[in-house]
Amino acid sequence: MAILLNRSTRVIVQGFTGKIGSFHADDMKRYGTKLVGGVTPGKGGQTHLGLPVFNTVKGAVRETRAEASIVFVPPPFAADSIMEAADAGIKLCVCITDGIPSQDMMQVKRYMRRYRFEDRMRLVGPNCAGVITPGQALMGIMPGSIYLPGRVGIVGRSGTLGYEAASQMKALGIGVSTSVGIGGDPINGSSFKDILQLFERDDDTDAVVMIGEIGGPQEAEAAIWARDNMRKPLIAYIAGLSAPKGRRMGHAGAIISAFGESAQEKVEILKEAGVVIVPTPASFGEVVADTLARTKKAA
Amino acid sequence: MDIHEYQAKELLARHGVHVPRGGLAYSPEQATYRAREIGGAKWVLKAQVHSGARGKAGGIKLCSNDEEISNAAEAMLGRKLVTHQTGPRGKLISRLYLEEAVDIAQELYLGFVLDRKEERVMIVASAAGGMEIEDISEKQPDSIIRATVDPGVGMQGFQAREIAFGLGLESNLIGKATETILGCYQVFRDYDASMLEINPLVVTRDGSLVALDAKMSFDENALFRRPEISELRDKSQEDPRETFASDRGLSYVGLDGNIGCIINGAGLAMATMDMIKIAGGEPANFLDIGGGASPERVAKSFRAVLGDKNVETILVNIFAGINRCDWVAEGVIKAIREVGVDVPLVVRLSGTKVEEGRRILADSGEAVIVADTLAEAAEKAVAAWREATKNKKAA
Repeated sequence: MAILLNRSTRVIVQGFTGKIGSFHADDMKRYGTKLVGGVTPGKGGQTHLGLPVFNTVKGAVRETRAEASIVFVPPPFAADSIMEAADAGIKLCVCITDGIPSQDMMQVKRYMRRYRFEDRMRLVGPNCAGVITPGQALMGIMPGSIYLPGRVGIVGRSGTLGYEAASQMKALGIGVSTSVGIGGDPINGSSFKDILQLFERDDDTDAVVMIGEIGGPQEAEAAIWARDNMRKPLIAYIAGLSAPKGRRMGHAGAIISAFGESAQEKVEILKEAGVVIVPTPASFGEVVADTLARTKKAA
Repeated sequence: MDIHEYQAKELLARHGVHVPRGGLAYSPEQATYRAREIGGAKWVLKAQVHSGARGKAGGIKLCSNDEEISNAAEAMLGRKLVTHQTGPRGKLISRLYLEEAVDIAQELYLGFVLDRKEERVMIVASAAGGMEIEDISEKQPDSIIRATVDPGVGMQGFQAREIAFGLGLESNLIGKATETILGCYQVFRDYDASMLEINPLVVTRDGSLVALDAKMSFDENALFRRPEISELRDKSQEDPRETFASDRGLSYVGLDGNIGCIINGAGLAMATMDMIKIAGGEPANFLDIGGGASPERVAKSFRAVLGDKNVETILVNIFAGINRCDWVAEGVIKAIREVGVDVPLVVRLSGTKVEEGRRILADSGEAVIVADTLAEAAEKAVAAWREATKNKKAA
């Protein structure tokens, strides 16, 4: 089923009736996502985009049997919404919101640990483009048309750079099993390693493209895990060769503040772990095509 | 967002951290007046700029009379202090802080950061204070003590005590050190800091524990709920190009190259800058135009990029998801006509409504160099820049 999301996943929208929530809910519905309702406190009982609105996530889960939730709630209230989803028994929460305070995210991560591992919600994001399983369902803000259904997984921090990779692959006829945006914040729900683990177990994925950037330890952590555990080819690009130390490059998490966090250092760590490197952001397509061809030959 | 040393000390002092007596001065006269107010026989005059390593750069002076204070203040005020943290442009000194000199027996290091691996606040302490933490971890890694705070319950007394004993302090200082560490944590948490560093934290000869320096940064995503911190912003310490852009809601970082960049998405912006570098050019800036690239927003971005006099070519790279290429194209044309773009302009559009966008650019009759792919965009921008600088030299 690819990973995380397919055509039968029952999805609700938190922040459903707002301008941004409405726009993307409509887009997701048209793509084929099984949208079953939404939550806006105080607007329960209304109908929006032909779907029921609920006051609470618990209410929405009870009435619609929703398993997944996408959050478009503004930054001051977004952490609260994520915790509400976790408590209501949602299995997958994708948070699009950009601008959540770091201490709120620390609270969220701590809160989620109160549930047993089997019952724990998986959070993707915040500050991400979302998740798409091309040809099946979209839980995010990406343009669905640039993804060809296929067998290569994509996981990245950035939205538009992920689009760039997917469209270069599409131009060469290479499709995507699932694309996951883990977001540009310093503290996020799912790490690169978390998503690689899912792709490695997925029968519909043959290879994975990882799109990292400067700042933080997650690319290196993923590389070490892949070296020891991954049989599928891992192909990676790290953005930010020209980023100076100590300057935040747009994303709250894109800042070189410690050893091993620059693009050059991360590329070295990845190379040493046997990861295939995409040398320039214009060569995603070629490198993926070459890697797939070589893997096929070897098999 | 960074704040000044004296501002950080004020916050810390309110939460039980001892700091030397001191006062702010905007002129040499005011500095000598502060010395009378503070009393004593020796003072330290400190340039208030957003940077560490001020001492080596001449931003900190020990003085023992009015004349010395006055001369040091005269020499510092209005000057740009260049440290290895400020970059070659340096930072303007417009405020001075005069403090009583402290008789130092021992220097310690105390820092609080947001640890991205643990996803918690981490306390880093060392008995080898006075040098930068990078040097401590290189030269005396065994001296470093670390602890993390459970965000569910906050920092506990025993954690602070363990650090205090770990630093090898005399038993009469343990209580003061515990109070200092817990006070720092409270400031860090209550004001949504992202970094707090006291280096050095000193033991004085008369047996007290004093924060001799203090550096703090704050989580910009949390400023909406910390108005008292927002007020501490000092625009004179920022790159004026960045102040202009941030006042207009744009995410901009000024660099030293000549090719100005206007891009949507932080990752694509970084990747495009990388591509310019690979093609043999140097980016002048990072600029993420964000999700809703209305024609007005595009025009604002052009103003921000052209405000940098080093810009000799502009590259626009938009991969439209929520954005629409036709709107971006209209914005580009609007910017050319309203802002006036007198440097070569390369535009690459991709994604939603790309055909319409390209048609608008082609039909406008403006001199826009169009590129289809990321590689082509970077190559054309670097080629146009080379051509333009060659013509400039010839003329």
